[in-house]
Amino acid sequence: MTSPEIPRLSRDDVAHVANLARLTLSDEELDAFTGQLADVLDHAADIEALDLDDVPPMANPLPLVNVLRPDVPVSTEDAAKADAAAGFRAEVLAAAPSVEDGRFRVPPVLGEAP
Amino acid sequence: MSDQALIPGWEVVIGLEVHAELATATKMFSSALNQFGGQPNTNVDPVSLGLPGSLPVLNEKAVELAIRVGLALDCTIQRSVFARKNYFYPDMPKDFQISQYDLPINGVGSLELPDGRRIGIERAHLEEDTGKSTHVGGGGRIHEAGHSLIDYNRSGVPLIEIVSAPDMRCAEEARAYVSELRAILVAIGASDGKMEEGSMRVDCNVSVRREGTSELGTRCEVKNINSLRSMGRAIEYEARRQVDLLESGEKVQQQTRHWNEDDGRTHKLRSKEEAYDYRYFPEPDLVPVEPSDEWIAEIRAALPMLPRERRQRLAVAAGVEPQATALTVERGMDDLAVDTIAAGADATRVLVHVENNLADGVGELTAASFASLVAMEAGGDLTATQAKTVLADLVATGGDPAAHAASHGFEAMDTSELEALVDRLIAEHPDDWAGYVGGDDRERRRKSGFFVGQVMRATQGQADGRIVNDLLARRAAEQGG
Amino acid sequence: MSARSIAAAVRSGERSARSVVEEHLAAIDSSEGEVHAFNLVLADGALARADDLDRRIADGEDPGPLAGVPVALKDNLCTRGIDTTCGSKILEGWCPPYDATVVERLAAVGAVAIGKTNLDEFAMGSSTENSAFGPTRNPLDTSRVPGGSSGGSAAAVAAGFAPLALGSDTGGSIRQPAALCGTVGVKPTYGRVSRYGLVAFGSSLDQIGPFATSVEDAALLLEVIGGHDPLDSTSIPEASPDLLGALGRGVEGLRIGIISELMGGPDRAASVEGIADDVRARVEQAAEALAAAGATVEHASVPSTVYGLSAYYLIAPAEASSNLARFDGVRFGLRVDADTAAGMNTATRTAGFGDEVKRRIMLGTYALSTGYYDAYYGKSQKVRTLIQRDFARAYESFDLLLSPAAPTTAFPLGDKTDDPMLMYLNDVCTIPSNLAGHPSMSVPFGSGDDGLPVGVQVLAPALAEATMFRAAAVLEGAAP
Ligand SMILES: [Mg+2]
Ligand SMILES: [Zn+2]
Repeated sequence: MTSPEIPRLSRDDVAHVANLARLTLSDEELDAFTGQLADVLDHAADIEALDLDDVPPMANPLPLVNVLRPDVPVSTEDAAKADAAAGFRAEVLAAAPSVEDGRFRVPPVLGEAP
Repeated sequence: MSDQALIPGWEVVIGLEVHAELATATKMFSSALNQFGGQPNTNVDPVSLGLPGSLPVLNEKAVELAIRVGLALDCTIQRSVFARKNYFYPDMPKDFQISQYDLPINGVGSLELPDGRRIGIERAHLEEDTGKSTHVGGGGRIHEAGHSLIDYNRSGVPLIEIVSAPDMRCAEEARAYVSELRAILVAIGASDGKMEEGSMRVDCNVSVRREGTSELGTRCEVKNINSLRSMGRAIEYEARRQVDLLESGEKVQQQTRHWNEDDGRTHKLRSKEEAYDYRYFPEPDLVPVEPSDEWIAEIRAALPMLPRERRQRLAVAAGVEPQATALTVERGMDDLAVDTIAAGADATRVLVHVENNLADGVGELTAASFASLVAMEAGGDLTATQAKTVLADLVATGGDPAAHAASHGFEAMDTSELEALVDRLIAEHPDDWAGYVGGDDRERRRKSGFFVGQVMRATQGQADGRIVNDLLARRAAEQGG
Repeated sequence: MSARSIAAAVRSGERSARSVVEEHLAAIDSSEGEVHAFNLVLADGALARADDLDRRIADGEDPGPLAGVPVALKDNLCTRGIDTTCGSKILEGWCPPYDATVVERLAAVGAVAIGKTNLDEFAMGSSTENSAFGPTRNPLDTSRVPGGSSGGSAAAVAAGFAPLALGSDTGGSIRQPAALCGTVGVKPTYGRVSRYGLVAFGSSLDQIGPFATSVEDAALLLEVIGGHDPLDSTSIPEASPDLLGALGRGVEGLRIGIISELMGGPDRAASVEGIADDVRARVEQAAEALAAAGATVEHASVPSTVYGLSAYYLIAPAEASSNLARFDGVRFGLRVDADTAAGMNTATRTAGFGDEVKRRIMLGTYALSTGYYDAYYGKSQKVRTLIQRDFARAYESFDLLLSPAAPTTAFPLGDKTDDPMLMYLNDVCTIPSNLAGHPSMSVPFGSGDDGLPVGVQVLAPALAEATMFRAAAVLEGAAP
């Protein structure tokens, strides 16, 4: 069975994904993007038409499994590594847009995590 | 579990999602320390901060602990794949959470409560924790905060999320489930299970249905539960709310709700229609986990006894129902109890002491000294009160119970002396004695309490109450025939 | 002067590293203004590093096989304490607190980082016109694009600013600009080179690879950066292959197939469109050269490659939509303030990302969203399986495959910027290797009717870089 017909991308769809992706679009941008994205999806009609029910999806080209790391912290006894770690924190905080008491400051977070 | 339905005519259906932080040395996907507290943003690295270019590498120990959990809950251990759960939130550094979606490491299993009931487990999967936001201004309340501060020390700490089937029917049963689950997690070294520190967190799915119906009602998920006590309150509130809606002819809307500890209510966070589109897809930066049969066998072999097995072992040793051993096992004193019983001590007395007199720990107490103490008590050399005093000495300093007893001047009271005292008291209180001999059960219990109290007063607590009761019963039998 | 001879001269003390760096800085001075290959030239840092190398050599140390060789780094590779912009306003001024694994590896073998090269924003593009810091121009004809997204790296090597450069290739972003600028460009097997510290675009497709003026130099650079990295879970466990040793072995006895579906032309109905006649002619000529050197050359069919473009433009944006979520104004880079955290995220992203990035984020968000996942992302992943299967079948009969690297020679700036779909068609020949995870490379082979270079793409099965380099060396020697 091939996938059911997918309706052509609408302006509302684009507005919805922009919202999900935390982007604001002007009306003109919304029009332009809708046309351009619909073009790409039209091109993808060639694969929409393929019957691939028996084909497994491929998430990753490598056949690797069980790539695991030992539960060992970076050594802090090693003075050079300890210095690097301390330097790291300072660099991270220095590169942040806003910091207070060693923490990242942001405008009020309204609402719980979804 | 409770005999009475919470709300007459209604059945409450509860399923729980428990998140527990795994007791690894480092984070789930990087070698930054997994450590509670500390200066903000010290246990971080490019991975736990979600810096551009950073990549996750899975912690072997986290997988091992997850498999331990799976084995302890009789889950199928299976091939698993990590997925990205996409949503924006400042304490989530990559703005997606690495979790497991359609292929969790642990599939279906079950958990047995101390009373023998089984609660189904749907899955137990691995995922990463978020950082911690502090809301500044507005008294720390999220809706009134002036700004928020974020510490990523907790970001990337490994979590196991254990999802139960909707198999619980009241708050008490839910509490029993969480307690047992916590005991298991602690016993197998998977987690410290501290709800108050947030290393174990519970979300409740609650629905109600008319008694006798089998179709599940519309459920609501209740979040922000910080203790077993608030879980019970939240379930009871939420069940009541749903029943009220249904009884007034309204419908329950599928919602995510927030438990507010202060007003004791749940509040709507969002409806099903507002449910977030997480856009799950396989995490391309990680590869599948396929634990080998050998590895699973190795983990199974190294698994310590589970609480249920320990209850069973002690129950067999003591000749009681497993449920009667729950507190002893919960206190981790079952090894001592089993050894003490094995050394010849009376099992009932051992369990009574553990439950009533060892709440603060066993200290220097050994199975051998515990057994000889119980033997002295059973042989009438010590009264229950004296035994308690000596037990406290053994906990504090160890040593020989006979020596402790001697140092307190405890001596076995001669039975003939005690008989004389009882006879004198009977003679002095004829009305009370008549009540004992001729009264109903309740009256007889009251009067025996009176006589035992008199004996204790006269002997400064040196007598054994049980022996006094035996004597009273014998005298009554002699009189009444 | 090749990287190999520079390193030899510096290691033997014949030449100072400082003189090498000065010479390249002088080249940059003279034409960087026109080309704009770099977002940042590390003049002072490179000179200091050169002096340090010279001191060590004077002390009898051997800094390694790239001693004193300037290398240009695509500006999506993290460099500790050095701006890393990804060609985006959202990261303008951001100094990463850590180095990418490839950057560490280069430092460990004596290379000198000479600058951070321009790119299409977050590597999304095929012309390097999508950079927030202005386009890079093709040094061979500055009215034309250098290709992209690693256009800055390709241009830096073509202009002689550095003998070596690193790029990243998600759908052709090394091979296509290499073709358009007339350099060698290699996309290694997925997992051959660590991605740690490469700012992710399409994680299951991204690979870092070399640009060089010769096949030998490309082999040298790939040997140095390849090999297992415990910080990348998708890193292949084995060590880097011996490529330099393979170069002289020729193609005698190799079976090489020309992929019919990627050759275009009126008589090939089942082919992708848009392959220029002059490009096709050069690829056919290259095939003849390989046959003349002793290979068996025939036409090969990899039917599902024609679906590559559609699958790629759903998979890569989907992964990108997730990878680029972290640019939220909280921890690094640009912040545009607002009343709430969510508002700040939105304001920051709206101001910080360019149009092409927004387009792909929205496309990918759509492809993953409820109700569309199966039809778009899910289906595309199945197409990947088809493509990998078709390649596997073709490699039963062939050791290597051949195609154009890019459908045309370098096109004028502005030609395709108004039509994203037209721009995407540039990647039609390179995408299949990314989807399959296979290595492939572009080797310059003559020029088109406009006198601009044509690149021939050599494709190999996973891990067969050594065989691929043998054919590349022969093509290099036979190029008109
Ligand atoms: Mg959940
Ligand atoms: Zn969870």
